[in-house]
Amino acid sequence: MSGRGIRIEGLRKRYGEGDTAFDALKGVDMQVAPGEVVGLIGPSGSGKSTLLKCLGAVIDPTAGRMTLGDEVIYDDGWKVRDLRALRRDKIGFVFQAPYLIPFLDVTDNVALLPMLAGVSNEESRAKALELLTALDVHHRARAMPSQLSGGEQQRVAIARGLVNRPPVILADEPTAPLDSERAMAVIRILNDMAQKFETAIIVVTHDEKIIPTFKRIYHIRDGVTDEEAGEGREFA
Amino acid sequence: MISLAGRDILHAWGKFVFTGIGLGLLIGVTLIMAGVYRGMVDDGMALLDNSGADLWVVQKNTLGPYAESSSLNDDVYRTILAMPGVARAANVTYLTMQVRKGESDVRTMVVGIAPGALGATPGWPPYLVAGRQITRAHYEAVADIATGFKLGDRLSIRRNHYEVVGLTRRMVSSSGDPMVFIPLKDAQEAQFLKDNDAIWQSRRRTEANPAFNRPGVPGLLDAVIASQSTNAFVNAVLVTLQPGHAPDEVAESIRRWKRLTVYTRAQMEDILVGKLIATSAKQIGMFLVILAVVSAAIVAFIIYSLTMDKIREIAVLKLIGTRNRTIAAMIMQQALALGVIGFVVGKITATFSAPLFPKYVLLMPLDSIAGFFAVLVICVLASLVAIRMALKVDPAEAIGG
Repeated sequence: MSGRGIRIEGLRKRYGEGDTAFDALKGVDMQVAPGEVVGLIGPSGSGKSTLLKCLGAVIDPTAGRMTLGDEVIYDDGWKVRDLRALRRDKIGFVFQAPYLIPFLDVTDNVALLPMLAGVSNEESRAKALELLTALDVHHRARAMPSQLSGGEQQRVAIARGLVNRPPVILADEPTAPLDSERAMAVIRILNDMAQKFETAIIVVTHDEKIIPTFKRIYHIRDGVTDEEAGEGREFA
Repeated sequence: MISLAGRDILHAWGKFVFTGIGLGLLIGVTLIMAGVYRGMVDDGMALLDNSGADLWVVQKNTLGPYAESSSLNDDVYRTILAMPGVARAANVTYLTMQVRKGESDVRTMVVGIAPGALGATPGWPPYLVAGRQITRAHYEAVADIATGFKLGDRLSIRRNHYEVVGLTRRMVSSSGDPMVFIPLKDAQEAQFLKDNDAIWQSRRRTEANPAFNRPGVPGLLDAVIASQSTNAFVNAVLVTLQPGHAPDEVAESIRRWKRLTVYTRAQMEDILVGKLIATSAKQIGMFLVILAVVSAAIVAFIIYSLTMDKIREIAVLKLIGTRNRTIAAMIMQQALALGVIGFVVGKITATFSAPLFPKYVLLMPLDSIAGFFAVLVICVLASLVAIRMALKVDPAEAIGG
């Protein structure tokens, strides 16, 4: 694999100790190349959310190895010190609901991440506008989140996830609240952005409409993943 | 970096402004309470300043004439005048009473001043805003403008009527009652003047007493009744000193040789502030503490509610890499902004409403500055609960499940 993308090997996560111990992840292997969009599918309680939280550096795995680009971020108990900076600079998040900051306009919602990383306000806003233009919501740059439609909000959320050019984006049910047309539009955007910015994108979903669009799919059941080839269907 | 707190305030400005106004009214009341205390102290200082005295000679072992009643014979001042270092000595009486003003009455402190002249006799009102000083021995008065009297008005004290010939300003008792100055003899009479029925009853009792009504001593009964009808007492003697004499030394000399109690200016200030208004000061202090606690509770509740409303956003902010200190600063800045809005509203409210209060409210700039910093400290403390809650938010809450 090249210098970007994500790879996890033998990832385990145990909650509790002794008799109450529960293994949510039992040795997950996964690899997503730069520019690739893969699906992660599984029933409730299968370990999807736990895997997402481990991938997002929100909780620590119990064992295994996780590599982001060239950087090992977790290796059997060892982990990088500044997980906050790691999340800010190396991982993009797109949620089921857009969760935009309601008191910031569209531009500043996107520009906030580079600002947090110490980039000047002007440069951050320029980066944000570039992405908003790429996602075709630049005409709403000064609007507040409450003034946007659901689809526009989700595109702004994608722009926020991409603005620091992270090697990986974790998308948690990004199309759940959208109708078919808008859901397909979001998937098209994610694919376009993955190609354009060489970003590895993992889409956690239950959405039957978009599952056929993935070329590769990871099924997770009882804390274990199986990889299968997807249909890779063209977007409608 | 943009100001997250500022943006949030602008976004929800209505909530902040209305909460700030509510908090401001509380702060306004707090400043007024502090002003009432300052006014009481200032009233006491004005009372001492306006008396023009260096020493107060009062009845032995009393805290008179302001904090306790005091009674001295009205010829004591002559012996005090002869003491080394004494420049001037004058009798004075103080009587707090309702003075008739037409169909109503007004609460005043009636001051009996000895005959003399301004500058030559302690106790006289030091300046007038209209009219003249008292020149006749009876039935003239100089009134503080706060009594509502005007030049030429007639006021009634007991059964006597007085014409207002002069008006003065800021002449008040330690409790803030405006003063009315009348001649000493009239004031002495007013202190003991009884109604006709009481005089008749008193005479009847004296006549029935065989000790005073002896057939073999003609004129004794008339002399006793005459002594009962006059008042030869005053409340204090006000003393001014000759240049170069220390108040403590002259006071000690009078105490030793005249066997009276004498207070210097510093001792009188201690009595007024430390004893006369001490209970009121404690009461006001209690109110200030309660108001501070209530203000802190309001700020804490509002900031806590605002933070609760943003829990999901805070989780997202933490997930995308926002530092804890940035989130804490956002919450604290909002609390401080609320405090600043509240203080501005409170200061304006206190400034414009202070003159409307019946008692003197003295708003000191230093009190306002101290109040401002106290508000900021209260806001910082009040925001700690919300900050603690925000810092405990798990960024994983932003990710489903």
